[in-house]
Amino acid sequence: MLADIGRRALLAVFTVWAIYMLAFAIIQLPPGDYVSSYIAQMASMGSVVTDEEAQNLRIQYGLGQPIYVQYWKWMKQIAEGNFGFSMEWRRPVTEVIGERLWLTVVVAVSALLLTWVLALPIGIYSAVRQYSIGDYAATFVGFLGLAVPNFLLALVLLYLGFTLFNAHIGGLFSPELQDAPWSLARVWDLLKHLPIPALILGLAGTAQQIRIMRANLLDELRKPYVVTARSKGLTEARVILKYPVRLALNPFASTIGYTLPYIVSGSIIVSLVLGLPTVGPLLLKALISQDMFLAGTIVLLLGIMTVIGTLISDIVLVWIDPRIRLEDT
Amino acid sequence: MAVAADAGPLPSAPTADKQRIFVASQWQLMWWRFRKHRVAVASAIVVGGFYLAVLGADFLAYSDPNASEAQRGLMPPQAIHWFDDGRFRPHVYGLKGARDPKTFKRVYQADPGQKIPIRFFAQGFEYRFLGLIPMSRHLIGVDPGRDASGTIFLLGTDVQGRDLWSRLMFGTRISLTIGLLGVTMSLVLGVVLGGFSGFYGGVADTVIQRIIEILRSIPTIPLWMGLAAALPRDWTILQVYFAITVIISLLGWTELARVIRGRFLALREEDFVVSARLVGCTQMRTIFVHMVPSFMSHIIAATTLALPAMIISETALSFLGLGLRPPAISWGVLLQQAQNVQTVAISPWLMLPAVPVIVVVMAFNFLGDGLRDAADPYGR
Repeated sequence: MLADIGRRALLAVFTVWAIYMLAFAIIQLPPGDYVSSYIAQMASMGSVVTDEEAQNLRIQYGLGQPIYVQYWKWMKQIAEGNFGFSMEWRRPVTEVIGERLWLTVVVAVSALLLTWVLALPIGIYSAVRQYSIGDYAATFVGFLGLAVPNFLLALVLLYLGFTLFNAHIGGLFSPELQDAPWSLARVWDLLKHLPIPALILGLAGTAQQIRIMRANLLDELRKPYVVTARSKGLTEARVILKYPVRLALNPFASTIGYTLPYIVSGSIIVSLVLGLPTVGPLLLKALISQDMFLAGTIVLLLGIMTVIGTLISDIVLVWIDPRIRLEDT
Repeated sequence: MAVAADAGPLPSAPTADKQRIFVASQWQLMWWRFRKHRVAVASAIVVGGFYLAVLGADFLAYSDPNASEAQRGLMPPQAIHWFDDGRFRPHVYGLKGARDPKTFKRVYQADPGQKIPIRFFAQGFEYRFLGLIPMSRHLIGVDPGRDASGTIFLLGTDVQGRDLWSRLMFGTRISLTIGLLGVTMSLVLGVVLGGFSGFYGGVADTVIQRIIEILRSIPTIPLWMGLAAALPRDWTILQVYFAITVIISLLGWTELARVIRGRFLALREEDFVVSARLVGCTQMRTIFVHMVPSFMSHIIAATTLALPAMIISETALSFLGLGLRPPAISWGVLLQQAQNVQTVAISPWLMLPAVPVIVVVMAFNFLGDGLRDAADPYGR
């Protein structure tokens, strides 16, 4: 078991490195650099940046150096916990990202939890009452959930909220608590705003998990041990919950690893539509203005968080089901 | 079987129906099983219809998708009145535009006095049908030579006064072909890498599997955004189109590679593959003549299921303004106009391009599901 976890941890380290390389490459790809987009921005506002100034800026941000030098410098800085300086905001990257990263985590984790809370009972119900109206309804909603891209769902909900209730359902905080320091009232406010983004983000995942749970449980329910359990006079709830559900949970659990990156991805776009104070809108802005340290750091941090989350779910999985130990997935 | 038949009637002689099944080819069996899946058949028809719209987009559109006019911005959809005095004469009412003196917004009022007849196979802008035949007939249209108030807008117009229906037709063309191209590219990558991984195993397998695992544990949207933002702003529509296809497929091949690898692994030790190898078939021949046909159906099903993800990806990227950019038209580009809630609240028809996205994605999902069930020889 330890060897398996070790292997996965090693893979996670490689993944983080791959993400790091990709993040750096992405930032390097666009033609031009921050200074050239800064010059263009200045020119559009009517002021001129002299060549000398541009040169100074490039030296200041280390943009003139060869790519491998820039790469090495960035890597060394990050190892020291210094994520660089956001060129657009003129503040350290860590300060710009600030609590947005944690709010991203909060949104993603609550979406994941909601996925589980909804998918588990609905999946069990669908399997036990196969071909009932409830099953068909769940299947239909499930397919719909898969088919509707979550940013469209966000848009539709915003529209409905706006026209029917004349309320703005976006955001994570009420306006008066937007910039307030953390307090119980603010946490409560956050909790009140969370369900809608969590539901939007979790719906596609929920749909998928319902399908998986239903299929697995149906396979298990046909096995002879279920008949045996029933013939021995166990109550129906016990027959279903004690063994088949437990077994059906395994493949179900192994999908968390793939659900998490999906939810993080989705949260970027949904945050833009709903105006959530997560890293999503920040990333889009940074990419457009080629603010390389900021964009690179966001991609890197999102990647690392996802990898850690996946690793945790892998370990939990090995712990739930002893049978998949050491099994090469 | 043949020997047993010679020995006299069996206790349970196969009926004509069963005999039909025994001699049927694999594809026939698949077709029979697929036909039973009503939703999948209906979905196949829907998907087929959408691709017909792709071919005939310029025939179905009735006005130039890029023709704009400030005088008719944000017109609401016009309802078709099929009958006029009890006779079948489809027409729409003319719209009168005026500025609201309070809000300075353009408001439109239907004018029942002005009936604009809809003509079938009417003359319109010129185009080349299927890219070859020069034509100027369109499925529907109005008499040419009228002023701006005498036109039809089945789904309304956007801010710049462009007809949404016509734009939707052209958007369908781009959004659906980008998905097809992307999935083809993913398929090539998936077959080559997945096949290599499954057929040879060993170190190559381990390396490819780890790469797939790494790719799958990275949140894709931030990566796509980064790659898409890196495209030079001065590229032509065509260049951006292909670049976006490549970006989408580069990250979408992993699922297909996994499916194909699994199939190769399962078949590698099968008797017919071993005997093919023993009689001296080359590896190429073993793979492409003996192995691939036996799981072709699975590949098709997996490909169908991979398509909707591609379509959604393109829509999402273009929606963010990082994918296709105007003047290119795709569903995502059309939806960009619906980004703002205030705009949508006033002109909800701008959200209509979401409908084909949802319908097509659902149809592909059902179709892929049906194909997968039909392709599985052990299915119930």
